[in-house]
Amino acid sequence: MDSPAIATVNGEMQAEAHAHPAYLRHHFETVEQQREAASFGMWLFLLTEVMFFGGMFMAYLIYRNWYHAAFVAGSNTLNIWLGTINTAVLICSSFTMAMAVYSAEKRRRKSLVTYLILTIVLGLAFLGIKAVEYAEKFELHQVPGASFSIEQFVHPTDPKAVALAPDMAEKTQVYFSLYFAMTGMHALHMIIGISILLILVVRALGGAYTEGHMSTIENFGLYWHFVDIVWIFLFPLLYLISRYR
Amino acid sequence: MSHPESQHGSMDLEHQEHHVVGPKVYLLIFFTLLVCTGLTTWVAFIDLGVLNPVIALAIACFKAGLVVLFFMHIHYSSKLLKLTVASGLFMFLVLITMTLSDYISRAWGLW
Repeated sequence: MDSPAIATVNGEMQAEAHAHPAYLRHHFETVEQQREAASFGMWLFLLTEVMFFGGMFMAYLIYRNWYHAAFVAGSNTLNIWLGTINTAVLICSSFTMAMAVYSAEKRRRKSLVTYLILTIVLGLAFLGIKAVEYAEKFELHQVPGASFSIEQFVHPTDPKAVALAPDMAEKTQVYFSLYFAMTGMHALHMIIGISILLILVVRALGGAYTEGHMSTIENFGLYWHFVDIVWIFLFPLLYLISRYR
Repeated sequence: MSHPESQHGSMDLEHQEHHVVGPKVYLLIFFTLLVCTGLTTWVAFIDLGVLNPVIALAIACFKAGLVVLFFMHIHYSSKLLKLTVASGLFMFLVLITMTLSDYISRAWGLW
């Protein structure tokens, strides 16, 4: 039964009898080809996202070299433990998302819905911790703009900190601008992801994605893991590499 | 004549049966990622000079690689998808290299 000739005959029979799954569009020959095309398109989109975030990473790289002392001072205002916990939370959410894809593959609706909801909860936990960090920045006048205070960098209270000259202390605003731009765009991607997840949960409850056609879940998984990868690079760059020792 | 469900391997490679990645792989990757996160935070407190950013980024690249290969299934994907991802990353590296080579080769302050 495994010869190519028989497979071709079978293909022709399918075409005549219209015996293919309803979700297979007519411009694709096989379900696998349709699936491959969907993944390919999703990856092209993710590559444009790589370029989008890449521009900010490039800006970070160059400014960190120009204003190294300011970037070290700025980085040390971040809470390394909240950053570590958030990294772990995001990795957990990537795991639950991967399990959601697996559940859809195995056509288990209940576990699909459970894993999607777990992913939403972990995503919200990440945003909650991020909100705590942002709030602290506002309280301590570390948000670039009119209420920004260079005092804490010119006369630091931390004995390990290096006091900055006023002109270098001004440049900590460059660090915080990039911090808010990068984590803010990342958080926006999380918010968009959680919004889509809510729709996916509702549709999964209605029976979608567990009847063979699951490109949507699969491609959303790719998006979610991509957002995780962005954070995997943001965490060491913003929190870790400039510690006072 | 029954539908040849198990036709993969014998037929045209482009029409392979889809590979389902199971919970065992996901759990293994998940724990590796958590261990790496702990490791990278721990290393951040040790003074290694210029090696600190290098190690932190090496761990980040390793973690990202695991996510791409296993959570995003590239390890099990077709050559087309592997090539797409690889060429995208290559393009990104080209852009970084060209920008940096411009920055380090300028006569800063002389114009």
